[in-house]
Amino acid sequence: MKDPKPFWNPYVAGIALGLVLLASFVLTGRGLGASGAFKHVQAAILHDINPTWAEENPNIASYFVPGRSAMNSWIVFVAVGVALGGGLGALTGRRIKVETIYGPRFSREDRWVLAFAGGLLSGFAAQIARGCTSGQAVTGGAQLALGSWVFMFSVFAGAYGLAWFLRKEWI
Amino acid sequence: MEGPLSVVLNFGHATDMFLALVVGMGFGFVLERAGFGRADNLAAIFYGRDFRVLRVMFTAIVTGMIGLYFLDLLGILPIYSIGVLDTYLVPQLVGGLLLGAGFIIGGYCPGTSIVASVSGKIDGLLFMVGILAGSFLFTLNYDALKSFAGSYYMGRVLMAEFFGMPSGVVVFLVALMAIGAFFAVGKVEALVNGAKRQ
Repeated sequence: MKDPKPFWNPYVAGIALGLVLLASFVLTGRGLGASGAFKHVQAAILHDINPTWAEENPNIASYFVPGRSAMNSWIVFVAVGVALGGGLGALTGRRIKVETIYGPRFSREDRWVLAFAGGLLSGFAAQIARGCTSGQAVTGGAQLALGSWVFMFSVFAGAYGLAWFLRKEWI
Repeated sequence: MEGPLSVVLNFGHATDMFLALVVGMGFGFVLERAGFGRADNLAAIFYGRDFRVLRVMFTAIVTGMIGLYFLDLLGILPIYSIGVLDTYLVPQLVGGLLLGAGFIIGGYCPGTSIVASVSGKIDGLLFMVGILAGSFLFTLNYDALKSFAGSYYMGRVLMAEFFGMPSGVVVFLVALMAIGAFFAVGKVEALVNGAKRQ
């Protein structure tokens, strides 16, 4: 099998990402995002299980419009797009490979547990912060929104703060 | 233009969703090509070895920031016509810390975990399942969490207003800070990777 293609120069990738962000603003008036899609999916599932409860829960009530699924929202379409675009990138970059990524001192199964745990924290955190790296840090960051910059620095602080303790997972 | 194309041309829901899909595809493709579909690339920044994540993120933010500034200045896209994110100061701080923790523990953030999953990374998939679970946890406990989650609400606060500076100055300072950061992390990488080789 041929080698994977190299990654882009990070500054080039950054400019490309910035241009995607700008295109989004010009076309739709919105920026990027990701965590919101997960929120919409869990809202839709909760609605399937107990529609009355879901519609009365103030956290997600606004997602339920008669005649339209909670999943029929811009952020879910963005997330689907991310999957398609990312898949296309991986395919053409010869980087599709079923594997688990972990450091030399760790085990695959332990990595699986921590991957889930990290996701759990992130899903919870993104609801509190009303966004994640793409929505808050990149989008809100470019808008120079105060709270988004506070969020971004906090993300780095949180990760750096725990890095020493998690070092065996990665290096 | 008084606003985004979707407003000016009065796009319907279907068009709006199609555009969201296209934007997402551009986003996902760039993330993948940037190397963000792999947890080892994403975690490397926190061990001083490879600051790729910082370079991409800051460059993207600065590009977007400069673009928005000039689009507003030239009257093409007034800043008030787009959705500016609200500030909930303490929730964003706490949420950020927790997301950062999730990042170093799980190796991804929501967007990158999608890219990782579609390229076959099992850890990416498990991360995505985790996000869903975490999101459920929040909604199910919303009664207890809602007063905290809605606290320190300041509405739309742009940094220029908060610091009492013209927005052009803030744009310039942020760009300067990013360039400074690029130099600094280069030095850190040389140090860390030099030490590693010994």
